Amino acid sequence: MGALLKCENVSLGYEGDVVTKNLNFTVNSGDYLCIVGENGSGKSTLIKALLGLKPQLSGSITLCGEVGKNEIGYLPQQTVVQRDFPASVREIVQSGCMSRCGFRPFYNKEEKKLAHDMMHRLEIEPLAKRCYRELSGGQQQRVLLARALCAARKMILLDEPVTGLDPKATNEMYELIDSLNKKDGITVIMVSHDMNAAVKYASHILHVGRKQLFFGTKEDYLTSKTGQAFLAVMGGDDDE
Amino acid sequence: MSEMIDKLQMYFQYPYVRYAMIVGLLIALCSSLLGVTLVMKRFSFIGDGLSHVAFGAMAVATITGVTNNMLIIMPVTIISAVLLLRTGSNTKIKGDAAVAMISVGALAVGYMMMNIAAQSGNKRMTSNVSADVCSTLFGSTSILTLSLTDVWVCVAMSVIVVAIFLIFYNKIFAVTFDENFAKATGVRSDMYNLLIAIVIAVIIVIAMNFVGSLLISALIIFPALSAMRIFKSFRSVIICSVVISLICAATGIIVSILVGTPVGSTIVSADICVFFIFTITSMVLKRGK
Repeated sequence: MGALLKCENVSLGYEGDVVTKNLNFTVNSGDYLCIVGENGSGKSTLIKALLGLKPQLSGSITLCGEVGKNEIGYLPQQTVVQRDFPASVREIVQSGCMSRCGFRPFYNKEEKKLAHDMMHRLEIEPLAKRCYRELSGGQQQRVLLARALCAARKMILLDEPVTGLDPKATNEMYELIDSLNKKDGITVIMVSHDMNAAVKYASHILHVGRKQLFFGTKEDYLTSKTGQAFLAVMGGDDDE
Repeated sequence: MSEMIDKLQMYFQYPYVRYAMIVGLLIALCSSLLGVTLVMKRFSFIGDGLSHVAFGAMAVATITGVTNNMLIIMPVTIISAVLLLRTGSNTKIKGDAAVAMISVGALAVGYMMMNIAAQSGNKRMTSNVSADVCSTLFGSTSILTLSLTDVWVCVAMSVIVVAIFLIFYNKIFAVTFDENFAKATGVRSDMYNLLIAIVIAVIIVIAMNFVGSLLISALIIFPALSAMRIFKSFRSVIICSVVISLICAATGIIVSILVGTPVGSTIVSADICVFFIFTITSMVLKRGK
């Protein structure tokens, strides 16, 4: 179990305004890390920094071991543009293979098969020819997850994957992510404000505020002061 | 009916009418390709802004008396495209404000330049200024001004545009659908955005002489919007918008020959009709479900 991702003294922010600082954590292969924290604490910014979409203000983020830049899958929060985008499910899932193409203009057989396998894995195969904008929120998330999985089968970053889903779809989504982590051995990094799910599924928790409030295993988190205080506030939001 | 066909046959014996048809169809083809990308990326206004810039550049080119207007118009428009795209990500002046600023500015300066040139008695410009401006903005009232060189320039440009589109088709899709994802997984989306902007600039410059700088956006946007009403995959939307665009261009040119209306506005009117037909069809289809 080697380290895949290492963050040392990372501070994040926008144009000089520091949102969060002193982040130090390591993600090992096979981990299920949940990043929690209040709104505006820099969770999504952290994800963007990990992906290299946004430079950190200081510190270093290192991808180590066998994970290359183009081997990370990413499930972003949905944008307004995507909601009415005229594209079929297959086209979207295949676009996850883009980074494998390099300068080759079209997808080859293996990439098409990979896209097909991922649709099969996430049970959206029957939707392959359907239009993305006509799907339900849960189905759309599955499509984007399938695309993320095409991009990488080692590590996947999820940014609030259950936003806007109903309770049933939410549960299915969590179970799916969990099985990807446990069965397929994919390292998961997930941003979530759903504490119940974080505590139920994750192996590690990173709690960010103005600075790093906690990083460690879930068990430690549950007994820590930060964890208990936060759970008392956030856990009461939705009782399952 | 047969009278009309006779008339068309008569017209098509003239080479300049055939040139107009060829150029018109090529422009229609090129402009419809990137329509979907422009609409979905919320770049529609950039297309509009660029056409105004092209107008300004044209005015400057006319005054300086360069032998080939393209030498000034093309680089200026491409540079503006790149700049406009950069302001989109740079936050000092917000994207839509920058577009408005540049486009209106170019329009004003262009019109002023044309008038100054006319007053100072430049031989090229002593004719009616307002007619000149009108034809640059709305396209020439007759399409009979194309030379063989114009046709070849247009053919070469179209081949380049279509080739770029086909080669980068999948990348353009990825960047259009989700720029952040593409970037995160290692696609150089900035480069492709730049490519899209440059191609749009090229299309606008080619199309300007034909339909006029104010009407180009319509040629780019309308077929895509119509196709998006009905078709459900990216590929089918693009194929459909190309077909719509070609049919509308052909119809527009033929009608303008027969009735004597200005080409650009006739083509755009045909596009508008198709848009309404598709909108109604999609509403009927939804009802039927």
